[in-house]
Amino acid sequence: MNPSGKSGAAASVQQALARQQQADQRRKHWLNAALLVLLLLAPLAVYPVFLMKILCFALFAVAFNLLLGFTGLLSFGHAAFLATGGYTTGYLLSHTPWMTTELGILAGTAVATLLGLGFALLSIRRQGIYFAMVTLALAQLVYFFFVQAPFTGGEDGMQGIPRGTLFGLVDLSDNLNLYYLVLAVFVGCYLLVQRTVSSPFGQILKAIKQNEPRAISLGYNVNRYKILAFVISAGLAGLAGSMKAVVFQLASLNDAHWHTSGEVILMTLVGGAGTLLGPVVGATFVVNVEYQLAQGPLRDWVDPILGGIFVLTVIAFRSGIVGEIQTFLRKNIG
Amino acid sequence: MSMIFGVPMAVLSGQLLIGVINGAFYALLSLGLAVIFGLLKIINFAHGAMYMLGAMVTVILFDALGVNYWVALFLAPVLVGAAGMLVEYFLLRRIAGQDHIYSLLLTFGVALMMQGVLTNIYGVSGLRYSMPDVFQGGVNLGFMFLPYYRAWVIVVALLVCFGTWFMIEKTKLGAYLRAGTEDAQLMQGFGINVPLLVSLTYGFGVMLAAFAGVLAAPIYSVTPVMGSHILIVVFAVVVIGGMGSIGGAIITGVLMGVVEGLTKTYYPPASSAVIFLVMVVVLMFRPAGLFGKEA
Amino acid sequence: MTMMKTLLTSAVASVLMVGGAQAEITDNTVKIGYLADMSGTYRDLAGPNGLKAMEMAIKDFGGSVKGAKVEVVSADDRNSPDVASSTVRRWLENDKVDMVGGLVASSVTIAATKILEENDKLGIVSGSAASSITNEYCTPNHIHYVYDTYAMSIGTPTAMVKEGGKTWYILTADYAFGHAMEADVTKVVEANGGKIVGSIRHPFPTPDFSSFILQAQASGADVIALANAGADTTNAITTASEFGVTQAGQKLAALVVFLSDVHALGTKVAQGIQLTTGWYWDMNDETRAWSDRFMEATGARPTMVHAGIYSSTMQYLKAVEATGSDDAQTVRKYMMEHPVNDMFAKNGVIREDGRMVHDMYLARVKTPEESKGEWDLYDIVRTIPADEAFRPLSESKCKLVTKES
Repeated sequence: MNPSGKSGAAASVQQALARQQQADQRRKHWLNAALLVLLLLAPLAVYPVFLMKILCFALFAVAFNLLLGFTGLLSFGHAAFLATGGYTTGYLLSHTPWMTTELGILAGTAVATLLGLGFALLSIRRQGIYFAMVTLALAQLVYFFFVQAPFTGGEDGMQGIPRGTLFGLVDLSDNLNLYYLVLAVFVGCYLLVQRTVSSPFGQILKAIKQNEPRAISLGYNVNRYKILAFVISAGLAGLAGSMKAVVFQLASLNDAHWHTSGEVILMTLVGGAGTLLGPVVGATFVVNVEYQLAQGPLRDWVDPILGGIFVLTVIAFRSGIVGEIQTFLRKNIG
Repeated sequence: MSMIFGVPMAVLSGQLLIGVINGAFYALLSLGLAVIFGLLKIINFAHGAMYMLGAMVTVILFDALGVNYWVALFLAPVLVGAAGMLVEYFLLRRIAGQDHIYSLLLTFGVALMMQGVLTNIYGVSGLRYSMPDVFQGGVNLGFMFLPYYRAWVIVVALLVCFGTWFMIEKTKLGAYLRAGTEDAQLMQGFGINVPLLVSLTYGFGVMLAAFAGVLAAPIYSVTPVMGSHILIVVFAVVVIGGMGSIGGAIITGVLMGVVEGLTKTYYPPASSAVIFLVMVVVLMFRPAGLFGKEA
Repeated sequence: MTMMKTLLTSAVASVLMVGGAQAEITDNTVKIGYLADMSGTYRDLAGPNGLKAMEMAIKDFGGSVKGAKVEVVSADDRNSPDVASSTVRRWLENDKVDMVGGLVASSVTIAATKILEENDKLGIVSGSAASSITNEYCTPNHIHYVYDTYAMSIGTPTAMVKEGGKTWYILTADYAFGHAMEADVTKVVEANGGKIVGSIRHPFPTPDFSSFILQAQASGADVIALANAGADTTNAITTASEFGVTQAGQKLAALVVFLSDVHALGTKVAQGIQLTTGWYWDMNDETRAWSDRFMEATGARPTMVHAGIYSSTMQYLKAVEATGSDDAQTVRKYMMEHPVNDMFAKNGVIREDGRMVHDMYLARVKTPEESKGEWDLYDIVRTIPADEAFRPLSESKCKLVTKES
């Protein structure tokens, strides 16, 4: 399209850009397909419970990244949603005999989504660090509630949550069955976030991230979009928590602790905020580092090493593993 | 005996005084954060760790070299402040001009490293530190027994707070500081070494945290994790006061000590959560905190 | 004499088990997993030194059982039940671990024992305090070896009420273990004719205790009981000393306090505090001899948990040797049938609910004048006989006990 009759140069630049985008798209599809195959085959090589842990945290980070990476909002309270999802699902599966697992997970997600709406309404008008701090404060209040509420089991945690059955048919106490359920949910959510980000709604979010006053002056009701993004993010974080409760058969105060909110920031940042794959890579990386170190000779040094990773990421790889690779590819391959 | 909501007046007075004392601690800690944020726009999540370091260094200096409390009161903050300047010089400087969030993450990482390394060396049970003999005992105020040391804490903490506020808001040095950090180029033009000014400011904020740490050493269990619990409470105080407002941090610090003290009297289980409740409520009505300027 | 008996029984047992028995030590290795908090709040009571204690036991045993090598794997649980759960699962299902020891935070322990039960492997819990571990959370696959909140909160109050401490004020950590201890203390104090005049539930953790100490002081109670643990307890004790609680005639009872805590506080601050302990390094020649070796290896005196880890590992290896098997039920059965007689416990018996029942001791922290060294901290006042120290089976909610009655 060249309505104003500008020289052909502009048109050819546009065409080249479009071609590059197509090539990028193709590359992404291939990459995603390869990853999916890898994930489908992974239980052959890696312990399924561990894989599920990674997937749950990856979903948690993907949810978080929808806010940080695509909307520019740093929530310091996402642990609240993870824990709420987990406790709700855990409670329902433990105390309601007819509850099938998928209903339990849905209920957990729903409650976390509602909580997310509450958080969003109270915090969305705050900017930058104030936003981060309000979400932290709200999450601390949720933490307090979980400490007080008798059904959480306090510091003992909610233990022995039954895994139950899917639709009353598939036995989920089998690790492989559960793995493929978790994988399916994860892939579904990943695609949902991918669609969200590339939809017109996602474009508006990005516009808000880049320049909020401009988005406002363009006539968008910015707060409504931010609230919606927050609610989706909270819901997905809750879903991650619900699945985690089913996988580990427990939910604990650790999930609600502010350190967990910090950890998801680390995962997202290490992988690359604002990229789709980044949080997945970051979660995989952090969960692995933590797990492998805790077993090895550096067992007593996990915290300082994680701290070092934080520092290194911020100083040297601010766009994260995926971000750095993308930049590298653009520069060298185009 | 008169009662206030079922609590004897005498008990309540005691609780209020205790609240003010704890508030003085909060004021000192949040003041350092406010100085660092207000002047440098750095969100210092290593503040709790610096407080811890102040206390640890006090104990270590005593154990290794026999350095007494009075010397430590100066020496420990200076040493920790110097360590802070190293952090600023080698790390924080590299992310100057980036989103504040990065400073939060960077300093959080630094805090994790400091805590982890010290835990491996000193364990978590706590280091033994005796109260200086001058402070043994206390005075009976009628409604409560006030240990001399707590009285000292409240006096010295509030003096330091006031001194800092005065220096930054009312003196020429403070004016340079504020100008240097607001318009670096201009001040550079006047021949002022702005990077040094930044380092010194960060070091000073950290010194305040370490000073609080020295004050804490004789009365709290000195462990590598003592700062991590207090960190987010102090952050809440600063946010309620209005990030960057020096006076706001001091007043809110004392205020929150009192609020917490009252909660400890009427509904103790909520005493760790009440400050966050206050923060949510305050920010609903005053988006930039009690004393902050709206952007 | 007892030594002789053990030798004999194990000899008899091994004769009986001859043939086929050797094959029962799976893949000809006995693999022990040590899971504990290596870097957080509970590090010093078990932690890296607990691993040393376990390794000492294996070395003292000779490094192998009936030709099968004894190996140790270890991990930091990071006080997270998730980490504990995935670690234990992998140990049992992939790495062929036969026994898991250590186990500190209650959430970690409960999560781990559930997985041990699923896989029918053995766990020996030395670090955890929660008495629920052999009550509502009991499994046929674990043993709770050293102490529990019930024992800790029964011993001290019983003695103190009898000594004249009639009125009590309780500072309780607002956590499940705190609530459990508060209930236990209340029961004991009232049963002995004392009275609870007040209690406060404080958040966990609380950095400043002055407000709570002040309220406890104002209550005028004879005894202030600390139903909390770790830094909360040490902070409360420090503050109590600062506010002159003991000078004013009130007594402090710390319910869960370890040697490492008292060492950190020092006798000047902690003097006179009464507490219950499962073991103390300076009780007799046997304990001193072992503690000297432990100190050589670690630089610190052992807590009761460290001693328990050594003792339980030893017992476990003896059981494996005697039965020629590393099957959880075989070993547990043997351990239940053979009382513990070593430097840790005399005539310690493992009950069907998994509780190892042994004498506990009422201790008083020495004054600076009495204390002859950095670690000379306790004066053992009284032995609490095993049958009084722990929750009687008649009150048990454990599924293994109620099933039978």
